[in-house]
Amino acid sequence: MRSFSSFISGLLFGVGLILSGMTEPQNIIGFLDVAGGWNPRLALVMLGAVAVSYFGFRYAGRREKSLLGEPVHLPTSKALDTRLITGAVLFGIGWGLVGYCPGPALASLASLEQTPLLFVLAMLVGMGIYEAIGKPRPTN
Amino acid sequence: MLELNLQQVGMAIAGGVLIGLASSLLILLNGRIAGISGILGGLLHPGTNDVAWRFTFLAGLVVSPLVYSLLATLPLVEVEAEPWLLILAGLLVGFGTRLGSGCTSGHGVCGIARVSRRSIAATLVFIVSGMLTVYVMRHLL
Repeated sequence: MRSFSSFISGLLFGVGLILSGMTEPQNIIGFLDVAGGWNPRLALVMLGAVAVSYFGFRYAGRREKSLLGEPVHLPTSKALDTRLITGAVLFGIGWGLVGYCPGPALASLASLEQTPLLFVLAMLVGMGIYEAIGKPRPTN
Repeated sequence: MLELNLQQVGMAIAGGVLIGLASSLLILLNGRIAGISGILGGLLHPGTNDVAWRFTFLAGLVVSPLVYSLLATLPLVEVEAEPWLLILAGLLVGFGTRLGSGCTSGHGVCGIARVSRRSIAATLVFIVSGMLTVYVMRHLL
């Protein structure tokens, strides 16, 4: 049941990305290109998504267990640290280079085109490099 | 709105609502944040014992275009990028999202919906960083 509900969530997430035009990198670049003909689509998608999930998170935040009896995992860190900001800067550069972020890239794999495949493989390598060298060292 | 017709505005908002529903489902049923980089990165974590829900979430995401194509025509996607650029972009996105604990979904949607200070800051930073990158790529180089 838990695996099924997360499958449905992933499926709905992907359909939402495709419907809203987020799997088309030209729409992402269009949003980021403020000096060109600005395409506000991404802002509308975020607005729609946040408006709905605000209530989902508000309700979930008041519960100790999820509706299926799972512990509710919500981040507790509040610090605006160097890792957060550096990571966001690097991610933004990679995002702006081609117009792919992780969700849309995965939702484009089934096209079997070389472009998303190459991107996703490199992204996995980038995540692997993080696992190898980027994780915080325990402080003693 | 600039370069958008009413239908595109409607589809963007409707797609956003679906993404919001998907994120709500995952937190309410599985107790998890729908952050794609975190879900994927967690699979690379040695010793992780919660593989099943991550795997099925990602499977749903990957098969979503097949389901979409049963209901409507898939959009035409044009990507003009050299392989080396795709690889560089992928490396930066993979490393950066893990270092910064999230991407457009985890920080940009779920984090903002939770009114998290960290996520709001991260979202502003990656959008500005992306805008500067596109400016350099399109208007300076």
